[in-house]
Amino acid sequence: MLDEPFARGTSFLHRADPRAKLAALAVFSLAVAVAPDLRSPALALLLGAGLAAWAGLLGRNLARRLVVVNAFIVFLWLLVPFTTPGEAVWSLGPVVATVQGLRLCAAMTLKANAITLAFLALAATSDAATLGQALERLGLPAKLAFLLLFTYRFIHVLAAEQSRLATAARLRGFRPRTNAHTYRTLASLLAMVLVGAVRRAEMARRAMVLRAFDGRLATLRVFTLRRADAVFLGAMLAATCMLGALEIAHVLAHVSG
Amino acid sequence: MHISEGVLSAPILAGGAVLAAAGTAIGLRRLDYDRLVTVAILSAAFFVGSLVHVPVGLSNAHLVLNGLIGAALGWASFPAILVGLTLQAVLFQYGGITALGVNTFNMAAPAVACCYLFRPLLAGTGKARAVGAFCCGAGGVLLAALLTAASLALTDEGFIRSAQVLVLAHVPVMLAEGLLTIPLVAYLSKADPEFFSARLAG
Repeated sequence: MLDEPFARGTSFLHRADPRAKLAALAVFSLAVAVAPDLRSPALALLLGAGLAAWAGLLGRNLARRLVVVNAFIVFLWLLVPFTTPGEAVWSLGPVVATVQGLRLCAAMTLKANAITLAFLALAATSDAATLGQALERLGLPAKLAFLLLFTYRFIHVLAAEQSRLATAARLRGFRPRTNAHTYRTLASLLAMVLVGAVRRAEMARRAMVLRAFDGRLATLRVFTLRRADAVFLGAMLAATCMLGALEIAHVLAHVSG
Repeated sequence: MHISEGVLSAPILAGGAVLAAAGTAIGLRRLDYDRLVTVAILSAAFFVGSLVHVPVGLSNAHLVLNGLIGAALGWASFPAILVGLTLQAVLFQYGGITALGVNTFNMAAPAVACCYLFRPLLAGTGKARAVGAFCCGAGGVLLAALLTAASLALTDEGFIRSAQVLVLAHVPVMLAEGLLTIPLVAYLSKADPEFFSARLAG
């Protein structure tokens, strides 16, 4: 569950400088998120899908991630078209769907999927440790970068601990149901993980102090921005500017019209 | 509880990002290097804990644990939750970049509120501690659901009904989390009496 299936691969996007990928992703996501109409999110979705295909991510794993993201969107589709005030396009008794409601839902769907696909192609193609280091080079505060990297490192340790305890409980015949016994059992299981974590933290802290830890996580990794990375970043920025120009044109047309 | 990318309006996204950045800055300033390792490992523990499925009637729910995070970590909840949501985005791709600020604020602000409101009760014993634990678990989820609903409702009039449904749907989750937090806090206080002291939260 905690493996990173998208981070394995040999495509250009897997090998590109993660700093360039993160910068491209940030501007692209922002431009899509604030888009006022449907045209630029639709183009962005095509671009996102193109990036995911380029990274070789198309497949069952990708579909599964998109289902999770779209669950919330589907929930909104069930209500929003009928609760948004505006021009009616369809009605069944008291239930009236409006143009504005449908447009809102369509925009959400396009934007959510475009941003998620871009995220998968540009962020998830690096593992979390690489992303943490890249974020630090991009100016993330050192303490926050340390927290990110260290939390990531210990998630795997504690998940193993948690599943060991869960297996032990299952072997004794524990089956979760909605009752006090289940809640007490899950609570003690979780408490054991937390208490173990505090103990482990104290040991790790002492060991690090002994090795002259001064708050910085020294790393041997060097990121280099190759020419191909720079060209890619430039192309992504240009594409994002075009999306932005479309959006601005739409707003201006709206204001003057 | 987690709002997808592309749903919220620009002012809400910007407001959430600014508030989350402010909270994170306060949390980081109060977090000295001596406690950094402990907070990181506890964040990992809470991350793992939030993956546990808890049966609620016919369905089951994930724990949110933000109330308990608040009681344990205080203002450090902001960086801890920001890191948790970032890792969730990278490992499970639930979220992306633009809604990260809003989602962080919606979970971490209730955590800090729980720290101030209920942590004094958790240091007590018996009934007071049990009441504090329930309020901490249920209150964290309730406040987070209300903030999430408010982010939706302020984005567009059309979301108001969905926001109401969202809060109602979280009532069973609130109760489950509140009930589960009672034995959890009792166990923690017994095994590590200093767990809810200022040692961790600063």
